Amino acid sequence: MLEISNISKIFKNNEKDVAALQKTNLLINDHEIISLVGQSGCGKSTLLRIIGGLEKASTGFIKLNNKIIKKPSSNIGMVFQDPRLMPWLNVYDNIKLSILNENKKQQKVKISKTLQKVGLENCEKLWPRELSGGMAQRVAIARALVREPKVLLLDEPFSALDSFTKTNLHQHVKELWASLKLTIIMVTHDINEATSMSDRILIVQKPGEKEDKNTQIININNPRSDLKNVKYNELIKNSIFKESSIKTL
Amino acid sequence: MNIFFKINNNKLYKLLKSLYNLFKAKFSQPLIGIILPVIILLIWYFLAVTETIRNSLLPTPNEVLKEILILAHDGTLFSHIQITLTRVFYGFIGGGIAATILGILTGVSPFIRKLFDPTIQALKAVPSLAWVPLFILWFGIFENSKVALISVGVFFPVYLNLMMGIRQIDKRMIEVANINNLNLFQTIRWILLPGIIPEWITGLRSGLALGWMFVIAAELMGASEGLGYLMIDGQMTGRPALIIGALILFAIIGKLTDELIYLSAKPFLKWKESLDTMQGGANNA
Repeated sequence: MLEISNISKIFKNNEKDVAALQKTNLLINDHEIISLVGQSGCGKSTLLRIIGGLEKASTGFIKLNNKIIKKPSSNIGMVFQDPRLMPWLNVYDNIKLSILNENKKQQKVKISKTLQKVGLENCEKLWPRELSGGMAQRVAIARALVREPKVLLLDEPFSALDSFTKTNLHQHVKELWASLKLTIIMVTHDINEATSMSDRILIVQKPGEKEDKNTQIININNPRSDLKNVKYNELIKNSIFKESSIKTL
Repeated sequence: MNIFFKINNNKLYKLLKSLYNLFKAKFSQPLIGIILPVIILLIWYFLAVTETIRNSLLPTPNEVLKEILILAHDGTLFSHIQITLTRVFYGFIGGGIAATILGILTGVSPFIRKLFDPTIQALKAVPSLAWVPLFILWFGIFENSKVALISVGVFFPVYLNLMMGIRQIDKRMIEVANINNLNLFQTIRWILLPGIIPEWITGLRSGLALGWMFVIAAELMGASEGLGYLMIDGQMTGRPALIIGALILFAIIGKLTDELIYLSAKPFLKWKESLDTMQGGANNA
């Protein structure tokens, strides 16, 4: 279980404090797919980066299975909006970056297995420039998965892809989630993506200017199970842009 | 008969086509680079033979070749080449090492950059010949002052390229290193070094080119050996063939040394898609 407790993040901007997150609390169960949606600047990516250990929280803590996370951990993998593959490393070496401390034999076995999982067998020798957008993002996913993390963080990983590739990768990520028993936390701007992928959608709302207004997180349960019902999309849109509709959920 | 001819003709056509393709793949690029020098040579030959320009100013290519062969025959040519190469080598090593260390330090640390960079940028604007009196005063008239001058020439391009290369390393790549728990050594080995190699190589190549320019300045200022000295000697004794011969040797040796750096760096740069296309044109010129 991932426990986010009282997390705040204050950025100093020209000596003025700007709160990206304010006293945020959240519990995420094992093997859930959670989508974080919300307006730009509401703090969803910041929250993801704090969970990943890339940002330090100003207050509060994050626990994974009762252990406090303070820095990047092998239990947490992260995929970014762009694949961020090193152009000077081929596919094999890009994935190897995640498991540099393991011996060569283990690396070879793990990389080959992971490439199979993401459907990129025989692509080990390719350079990043030789990959399509979808393939590059699969390599990025493989790089995150090769360490066998318990939690996979996805920061708008499909936003730069065409709709066909996107749909393919959605399916693929869901299959990986099912087979590897991952917990997935995904930031997205695409409400359809959130409703089709997630067990829960969390709508993150900006903290107020005054200190007393904390980051609001609104839960929508089981959207994936009720895909045909378009009401979710409308409700989420309304929740993001008009706070008044929150109660109807 | 016709059918036989047709078959043979087809075979011949295929053979010629495959030979043509082989020739195109192996030699077309280098040959394209030779076209311009050949044209210049022909124009030069025409101007000299027809005496459009007086022979005392522009000798024929034959006379230049003869001058070089005479020097080669008595053995002095190689000692002149060797001494110039040695000066460039030491200047290149000295300037290259100093620039690499300072380039890394100023690229990595904003404090060191603020401390050093304004002064280095100001010194960059000082013309090469302006250093000569000071270096002669400091290092004497012999080799040290010449090597110091060449080092100055090599220093600036290497320093600037390396510093900019480090500063332009994508912060997002460092985040990938962080999320994957790479330690400092692993981050340098897998991310920083490969990321800055292209800029460093560009700096070294530009530095070497400037090193060759500065060696001429160094040898013009009072050498008794070297290709630059040959040019001065040619000027003093009214032998334009010697000046042109030394000039051509500078061009050839400069090109060869540049090619050496390029070939040594090639294995580290094979990931760069545009490089071969870019270098192919440049290197075969």
